[in-house]
Amino acid sequence: MSYRYSNWQEYSKEIADDHYYYARSCIRQNFFPGSEKAFLDILREDLGMDIVEDPRHTTCTGIGYHSDVVPLETTMAIVARQFALMTECGYENYVASCITSFGIYSEVLDMWHHFPELEEKARENLFKATGREFRKPKILVHTSDLMFHVRERIAEKGVRRLVNASTGEPLRVVDHIGCHYAKVFPKKGIGGAEFPYVLAGMVEAWGGASVDYPERRHCCGFGFRNYLVQANRGYSVANSQKKLESMAPYNPDFIVANCPGCAMFLDRWQFTLNAMTGSRYAIPVLTYEEMAGLVMGIDPWELGLQMHQVPVEPLLDKLGVEYDPAAKYLGKNGKFIGQPLSVEAYNPAAL
Amino acid sequence: MAQERILVIGGGVAGMQAAAALREAGFAPLILERSAGMGGHVAQWDRLFPTQTQAQAVMAELSSAAQGIESVTGCEITSLTSDASGVTALSADGRRFEARATVVATGFDLFDARLKEEYGYGMYENVITSAELERMFREGRVTMRSGEAPRRVAILHCVGSRDEKVGQNHCSKVCCITGIKQAIELTEAVPGVEVTNFYMDLRAFGNGYEELYRRSQVEHGVTYIRGRISEAGETQDKRIQLKVEDTLVGRPLRMTVDMLVLLVGMQAPGCCAAFGLPRQDNGFFAPRDPYTGTVLSPVRGVYLAGTATGPKTIAESLNEATAVAARIKQDLAK
Repeated sequence: MSYRYSNWQEYSKEIADDHYYYARSCIRQNFFPGSEKAFLDILREDLGMDIVEDPRHTTCTGIGYHSDVVPLETTMAIVARQFALMTECGYENYVASCITSFGIYSEVLDMWHHFPELEEKARENLFKATGREFRKPKILVHTSDLMFHVRERIAEKGVRRLVNASTGEPLRVVDHIGCHYAKVFPKKGIGGAEFPYVLAGMVEAWGGASVDYPERRHCCGFGFRNYLVQANRGYSVANSQKKLESMAPYNPDFIVANCPGCAMFLDRWQFTLNAMTGSRYAIPVLTYEEMAGLVMGIDPWELGLQMHQVPVEPLLDKLGVEYDPAAKYLGKNGKFIGQPLSVEAYNPAAL
Repeated sequence: MAQERILVIGGGVAGMQAAAALREAGFAPLILERSAGMGGHVAQWDRLFPTQTQAQAVMAELSSAAQGIESVTGCEITSLTSDASGVTALSADGRRFEARATVVATGFDLFDARLKEEYGYGMYENVITSAELERMFREGRVTMRSGEAPRRVAILHCVGSRDEKVGQNHCSKVCCITGIKQAIELTEAVPGVEVTNFYMDLRAFGNGYEELYRRSQVEHGVTYIRGRISEAGETQDKRIQLKVEDTLVGRPLRMTVDMLVLLVGMQAPGCCAAFGLPRQDNGFFAPRDPYTGTVLSPVRGVYLAGTATGPKTIAESLNEATAVAARIKQDLAK
């Protein structure tokens, strides 16, 4: 299938090798708490990169902005503040953990490029409110871009590949790219918006087989107001159903996503759809950091895989990952973190 | 008195007709053709709209008219200059051609459908261009890559035409009627096939076009849906899943077809930039006047014919080619 990606370089972009200011996602730490830690651990400790994390940074306002509750001027002032923090830390490269944030930063920088008066206004607002000044980032990337950039180094240091340990066959992986990664600005995404390569590149570098499917570009179902407005949630589930129906015939071993909302909804709605329609979806969903973490040999419970609705154990068994089933619901300090009232009831395959 | 040499750059239908008319008018035309053979795009086509005449019949007539005219094939002209004494053309391989005047009949390039990535051309094996469908018609075998006959085919209009995103704002003029013609021919070539045309406007402007549009629906059951396909994806069995909005009923539509045909538009070829002649916004050469000087370039000694100045039908191109010879004769007699 690699011919599909033969021209991804046409949509390549500049990714600095090192020295990044890191901005976390608002929601990922709740959804998949091990992913951001795994990203920092792998890049800093295993690859020796310089990534600074700054507790002063805030939301980018993305969810509020896309839900029409935060005005554009406010978003711009907050983005300006994030850049000011980066400037104060002495960095020029900005890496955002969230696809929505990456979209927001890209959009704001583009608006400032085309309408310099908006940038001036944001500078003025920021200075009046906080006394801060900023330089715009030289390089702006999403964390999946950076992980894509170092995928070969991760492959070298990895302890396993994305292959079935018993058969030696590559695992079949379907990817889902967050809409705001490349659909807003195709040139800012590796591989563009139609044939994105950012996740497929990691999958292939780590031994898996990337599987194309017709609804690959379709929204995961989150879609902000599709979910955030309760009355619209049927749209959210319906979109996820389209995705899952489209990928299921390919028998994927797992889904990998690079957006906080996508990984969440493709995971949680499988359970919902099974309950609503009698389907039996049980396709594990990983973030790309979790996928990298498994390649690097990080313990699955350290990675936070117990936070997924769809059980990951069948995938771990395929990969030959050793894990302690009894430790699944133990937290970092060994303390019991709680578990579903009836584990079976939350297992889609058991419905 | 020796006959005056006139260069004809381009050996498509306009170039061939211009050369024939120039010889008739007493000149010594020399055709300079980029490719290995004469006839341009028309020579590759099967049947022509709106009468479904074989393209080879038109080619045979033109070849007969141009028989014996000197020509150089495999000769790509990369530079064209003009002064008071005449024109000089230089080819990519360093050859130099001098003449009293030149007819630029360089035609068009087909739009590269890969640029419209959302349709998956070059990626999905059953997404083809209108030119590739004509080749299938010529070979007498319309099949999917697997060799099976398609049961359902979608034809998408305006691929690389009227599309700001790919820098092709102009209408390519002949695609609508080509889509209608090809839809009919598909139903003739593959009995029982369902054909759906997706269009944004149907411009059936020429003689017999509207009639053909009607016949395609009444006699051949061709369906027309107003809406641009937003995305094509390949299914597991190599069919093409389409997403489109039917803009007349205001509803999104998803359908799966065995084959997607992209009606690729006309694009200005590279020489339009290389020759240094004035150009229009659409990239094609600019005539001196759009009403009274369509075959004249603003540059002395340089004349234009056919699709060098923008999308045209074969008949329009041939008329211009005849007109250009008359105009050259009139100008050089002064």
